[in-house]
Amino acid sequence: MKNHFPALLASLLVTIPPAVSASSAVDALLDEYRGQGGGTFNAEAGRAFWNQAFTPPGAAEPRRCASCHTADPGKPGKHLRTGKPIEPLAPSVNAQRLSDVHEIEKWLKRNCEWTVGRTCTVQEKGDVLTYLRTL
Amino acid sequence: MGRVTRVITGLAAAGLFLAGWQVSRGDDDWGNELADRWGSASRVATADNPVYREECGSCHMVYPPGLLPARSWDRIMDSLNDHFGDNAELDAATKAEITRYLSANSADRSEYRHSRRLLRTLAPDSIPLRITETPYIRHEHNELPAQAVAGNPDVRSLSNCNACHTQAEQGSFSESEIRIPGFGSWDD
Repeated sequence: MKNHFPALLASLLVTIPPAVSASSAVDALLDEYRGQGGGTFNAEAGRAFWNQAFTPPGAAEPRRCASCHTADPGKPGKHLRTGKPIEPLAPSVNAQRLSDVHEIEKWLKRNCEWTVGRTCTVQEKGDVLTYLRTL
Repeated sequence: MGRVTRVITGLAAAGLFLAGWQVSRGDDDWGNELADRWGSASRVATADNPVYREECGSCHMVYPPGLLPARSWDRIMDSLNDHFGDNAELDAATKAEITRYLSANSADRSEYRHSRRLLRTLAPDSIPLRITETPYIRHEHNELPAQAVAGNPDVRSLSNCNACHTQAEQGSFSESEIRIPGFGSWDD
């Protein structure tokens, strides 16, 4: 009898959508944030935060998440200060995004400090991640 | 002593010196070492640390550590919260590993020709934070017209080494590998 196992395995690997990994990383973080005092996370609040302007000390002009990522996280962006090209952040467009807990936390720390001028609260982080994955 | 004798004695002395130097260094890679020190190979050590490549290379070119002294790398790694206008903070363990690697392979610890020249032309008390600010790198690029670099949309700054030095990430800066976008090869 022909062994169908390798073909079956391959079809399984192909049919697992990459969004599963983004989703599980975000789920893990949302659980963690709830454990740290975060409430119900809301995509609309995340969208508002994404577009909210902050002027941290030393900034020449107000900064928003959208300043570098654009108002549409599904589009490529460009760093306001350095000009570095930024790939789309929405996991629906870029499957690599939001797929690694360590990576998400690293960039949230860096970008909250640069954009907002402080670390973000667990509520803010949870709302933004919820927003990004609904796109 | 006749002229021929003097030449032979001189050559023998040079040979003894070189042999002694090699033994004292314990080098197997004799030919490469010579080429790197004096000659043809226009190289610095390749940035080969995976943590450094991953963390720093996700945003910009992986700069060869031999293009700045350890004191510069230390200062850069201690100010990642304002990394040339952006925040590039790392967790403590990652930062320690990258700092260790950069310091151990910095211009002060490198035998490569470019590293040695870069260090030799640097004031002992200066702590450059940009490779492009060092006198050696400035001097090497001083004949370039502005429209080849700053005014060139595909280059913009000397800091984009690999815009023209096609093998820069491998640590190779040979003139034959230069391709300036819109200008082609470069021959000075």
